[in-house]
Amino acid sequence: MASKPRIKLPKKAAAGEVITIKTLISHEMESGQRKDKEGNTIPRQIINKFTCAFEGATVFECDLDPAISANPFFEFTAKVDKSGTFKFTWVDDDGSVYETEQAIEVA
Amino acid sequence: MKNRMKAGLVAAAAALALTAVATADPVDEKLVIDGQEMITRTAAPEGHPFDEVLSGWLYREAETRALEEDSFENPGMLSVEEGEEIWNTVEGTAGKSCASCHGDAADTMAGVAANYPKWDADAKRPINIELQINKCREENMGAEPYAFDKGGQKELTAYIKHQSLGDPVSVDLSQGDMQAWWEKGKEVYYTRTGQLNLSCASCHEQNNGNYIRADHLSQGQVNGFPTYRLKTGLTSLHNRFRGCVRDTRAEIPTAFSDDLMALETYVTWRGTGLSVETPSVRQ
Repeated sequence: MASKPRIKLPKKAAAGEVITIKTLISHEMESGQRKDKEGNTIPRQIINKFTCAFEGATVFECDLDPAISANPFFEFTAKVDKSGTFKFTWVDDDGSVYETEQAIEVA
Repeated sequence: MKNRMKAGLVAAAAALALTAVATADPVDEKLVIDGQEMITRTAAPEGHPFDEVLSGWLYREAETRALEEDSFENPGMLSVEEGEEIWNTVEGTAGKSCASCHGDAADTMAGVAANYPKWDADAKRPINIELQINKCREENMGAEPYAFDKGGQKELTAYIKHQSLGDPVSVDLSQGDMQAWWEKGKEVYYTRTGQLNLSCASCHEQNNGNYIRADHLSQGQVNGFPTYRLKTGLTSLHNRFRGCVRDTRAEIPTAFSDDLMALETYVTWRGTGLSVETPSVRQ
């Protein structure tokens, strides 16, 4: 159901700089409240958790609920002191886990 | 209490009116998408009623303009990605995808859409990207042509046009009977229709920069289509034409009909020199 996650953050930064991170994943975010043409409830299927970690330490994490619309977009900031890799994880109701990562070089 | 509330409302209304006046003109800013500067203001071609043609981007609110400046935040880019998938999907009896013949769109489609509509010598009428896709599907892929706005037509068109991002729009009127269709399109543009008795020119030529109720009228340029509209999502050019005509309370012309193909030819020419902005973000 979900396709590839996308992230945007700088490849390089100065030590101690506060960088902006943007993330987006295509997902229907089916709320479980809707009905199909025959009147049957369409089962809920949403991304229920999003996590961003830097070298194992959590930077940002949140739970998502059914009221969040399709293609959830997150923008947040992080202070970077050393080079390393940001790892992003989205957890789907069906158990699928979508992951992506990007390294940042701190001078 | 009631009077005080009323006074407050009047003050708020006055403040709103002031803001409206202050933002009624197009802004004087540069549109840079991911580091690439777009041409949003350029000298009009010879015979044009304006001295300068302006992209609709200059007429939008700051928040709307910002969405287009970052392709990551531009919601239209989701459709462009869908279009890329369609480009690579095999369909039809010939077992081909767009990519089977055209390869990587980033190379083969670069700059192509900036010169549409073109003359179609077979059909003896102008052809736009949507109809070109359908022609390819029927003649080369053995697939069903897309119905208007259906089956991925908008997304694939947006993907193909996006490959020309930044390239200046230029229509070659010397091909075939393009000049005659341009004349016909000009006639459509200036003909008043509907119960409201409006022509395209009533709003987009005589009143651009003014408000029609809460809507800030632009020059009605088409360089950003298919465009992401905040109220309807990805919107094709002919859908927009039809919506505009509907709002004049006239009978709505069919998409890709002779009238609308002539209008597309003429209106595209009116934006000569502006960058292709597909998918632009508008209200």
